[in-house]
Amino acid sequence: MNAMSNNAEAFLRRAEALATPAWAGALRRQGLDALAKSGLPTRRAEAYKYTDLSPIARAEFGAAPAALARPALPAPRGRARLVFVDGLLRADLSTLPPRPLSDAAAVLGTVENSAVTPVAALNAALAEDGMFLDIPAGEQAGLIELVSIVTEAAGPIAFHPRHVLRLGQGASVTLLETCQGPDGVAYLHNPVFEVVVGEGATCAHTRIQQEGGSAYFLSSVHARIAAGGTYDNFTLNAGAKLARNEIHAALEGPKAACHMNGAQLVGDGRHADSTTFLHHAAPDCASRQTYKTVLAGRSRGVFQGKILVSQAAQRTDGYQMNQALLLSEDAEMDAKPQLEIYADDVKCSHGATVGALDEAQLFYLRSRGIPEKEARAMLVQAFLTEAVDGVADETCRAALDEAVMGWWREMAA
Amino acid sequence: MPAVTETIETVQSVAEGGYKWGFETDIEMEFAPKGLNEDIVRFISKKKNEPEWLLEWRLKAFALWKTMKEPDWAAVNYPPIDYQDAYYYAAPVQKAGPKSLDEVDPELLKTYAKLGIPLKEQAILAGVEGAGESPADGRLPIAIDAVFDSVSVATTFKGRLEKEGIIFCAISEAVQNHPDLVRQYLGSVVPQADNFFAALNSAVFTDGSFVYIPKGVRCPMELSTYFRINAKSTGQFERTLIIADEGSTVSYLEGCTAPMRDENQLHAAVVELVALDDASIKYSTVQNWYPGDAEGKGGIYNFVTKRAACRGKRSKVSWTQVETGSAITWKYPSCILQGDDSVGEFYSVAITNNRQQADTGTKMFHIGKNTRSTIVSKGISAGFGQNTYRGLVRIGAKATGARNFTQCDSLLIGDQCGAHTVPYIENRCMSAKTEHEATTSRIAEDQLFYCRQRGLSEEEAVGMIVNGFCREVLKELPMEFAVEAQKLLQISLEGSVG
Repeated sequence: MNAMSNNAEAFLRRAEALATPAWAGALRRQGLDALAKSGLPTRRAEAYKYTDLSPIARAEFGAAPAALARPALPAPRGRARLVFVDGLLRADLSTLPPRPLSDAAAVLGTVENSAVTPVAALNAALAEDGMFLDIPAGEQAGLIELVSIVTEAAGPIAFHPRHVLRLGQGASVTLLETCQGPDGVAYLHNPVFEVVVGEGATCAHTRIQQEGGSAYFLSSVHARIAAGGTYDNFTLNAGAKLARNEIHAALEGPKAACHMNGAQLVGDGRHADSTTFLHHAAPDCASRQTYKTVLAGRSRGVFQGKILVSQAAQRTDGYQMNQALLLSEDAEMDAKPQLEIYADDVKCSHGATVGALDEAQLFYLRSRGIPEKEARAMLVQAFLTEAVDGVADETCRAALDEAVMGWWREMAA
Repeated sequence: MPAVTETIETVQSVAEGGYKWGFETDIEMEFAPKGLNEDIVRFISKKKNEPEWLLEWRLKAFALWKTMKEPDWAAVNYPPIDYQDAYYYAAPVQKAGPKSLDEVDPELLKTYAKLGIPLKEQAILAGVEGAGESPADGRLPIAIDAVFDSVSVATTFKGRLEKEGIIFCAISEAVQNHPDLVRQYLGSVVPQADNFFAALNSAVFTDGSFVYIPKGVRCPMELSTYFRINAKSTGQFERTLIIADEGSTVSYLEGCTAPMRDENQLHAAVVELVALDDASIKYSTVQNWYPGDAEGKGGIYNFVTKRAACRGKRSKVSWTQVETGSAITWKYPSCILQGDDSVGEFYSVAITNNRQQADTGTKMFHIGKNTRSTIVSKGISAGFGQNTYRGLVRIGAKATGARNFTQCDSLLIGDQCGAHTVPYIENRCMSAKTEHEATTSRIAEDQLFYCRQRGLSEEEAVGMIVNGFCREVLKELPMEFAVEAQKLLQISLEGSVG
């Protein structure tokens, strides 16, 4: 493909101007190759059938300002936290001593494959910073926060943090990730996570995405889970004008487990996409997915979820459910659950529903004296509960509930 | 039949891989030159004595086809097809309208006898006028259009149907006798440029059935078309058009078989259904093309476009298919639910054994208000078979009160096969409701144990369980077809156990 027809031209030019940190060398070459070859995917690409990235390809993003901002931070929730401001890791604001990504060389670029995940290729080509969280074998690390804040002063920046999370044998961690930014600034946040869950290790990862209303959020999480390990992901997609959240997980050892749950709250003029890919590569693994989408105003929600069961993955137990609630005449939901199964001794199922609030339920509540507005709120809450219930950690759960309530208040106002 | 002969035949049929329809009829045939170009399109059109507009229509389709790319999104693998290495027209040499059995080529007669069509019907099939109008055995009569390679060789019960004003004939005949109807509806549901295979079909289609049911008429018998590919290196490109006028009802069945050969043969059909106000069409298929041998050699490539337009209010189209044959199946019978309160249904059983591959499903387009659709798909994979359900449910912004229910179940027999589900659900209407569920599992040990314990062999037990698994679909078939289909399921799975 020649340079003129490549829609990632602006990103490629920007990559040329970037200084390359030592850890990023190989990764960047990989990402640049993929990006130069294929550009950003268009809607002709099957995986992007319902999500149009052309506004991102057309947008002009600037570099982060030289002066370091000191924004007000939310009150700490966990034992320790790492804080990113305008895309850069700030040791001065963090309470956990950051480890350099150069220590993560053994993991970097090995969990994700830029050649098949274009949003990860974009990150690989342009990553400048990121966190490396390494939980040694046997350590119970407790709750760690990862905070990303974009300041108004930064303007329409694009940043591509690369995060690595590694858990040794039997280790555990709860990671609470929050992303926030100002409304009215068209910045791009393009984080990539590479997660390695060791044997018998447990990782609970809760993500609360509340980017500004004009922002673009393109994220992908890539996880490899060893025998007996568990990776739990919950993603709340509540912000950004255009949000795409991809999760790729591979169950690589026997008796590994993966839970992917999520809620998407999509307001007027917004687009939210959750795309999951779950690979059962080993026998006796279990996976559970529950995604709920609530759509208001002129909005569009997308859910794509694929479960691939390899021939070796006998006795797989896979379940996936995605449900959407349309609160407006102008909302649209597109769902594509997918099963690809090559093993015979399996139990796999998926379900998908799309519909409006049940009038009978609404009537029931109103007949008991609950005003319509409250009754609606109650039913939407109840609808989301099944997904949110998957979050066991109380602090994370409270943060989620707060975010959901905040969105609903904004919606109702 | 003496028990000994029966045993011998059973043994033979197993030795042949269970495909008992795999014989070849040696009959004098007329071919068009091999290859595909504008001259062949003209040749077919001339052979059929077609009016100028239809030739233009075909040429336009051919021009479009040349600009199109063969689709590669389906989960099927096959070597590239050489579209120049096939005959696009093959017809048995036959005098027009034989008056008695003696005039019909005996080889053709034998073919139908061997295909298991009862003797009474056989006389009818070969086009003997006046025979079989009132069957003696008291069974419900079925009117049959028999398509042999590129041409329709006979249509039965025409007289009886004409009394009701029903037109049931070969489409080439309809072009001659009812050109206005054909011109009005041909390509109105599946346009020439719809897809690669539909464009190819539009250019070179040779025969197929045409059905018109007038206003308010309930068709008194099942209509049926029997497709037979016989000649070597040919493709079959039939085109079926069914129009159900206001308030009419019709049930239509199709069946198909082909000889066993090492080469792959192409079958690219187009079926268009039009249902006007309050009309109802039930379309049932038992697809039993030669599936190839156990190593995947030979077999039919079945690339079919089937679509129904529910144009009228309260109209209804129901597709039922049992797909047991073909090396490759690529088929998505669809419903465009335009009329308010119209109903679309899709019931499917697809079996892949040995090296068969099937990528099949449906599309339901909800456009009118209160439109409803039901999809029930049962996929069974055995041996090295790959079975994919691919479907789309799209609810437009104006389809208020629309409703869809989809259920896709897959059964895996053996650990080398695959079962895949790829549904697309697009909902733009708040008051519409869509539900989709899919499951994949294998035959449970306890079910097998239960059957074995009662003295059934493993193969019998599997057959019984599979029949139970497919029951929801099989009960939608007309009765005699359902019995046939059950037997077929059993045969298709032969050798997949143990």
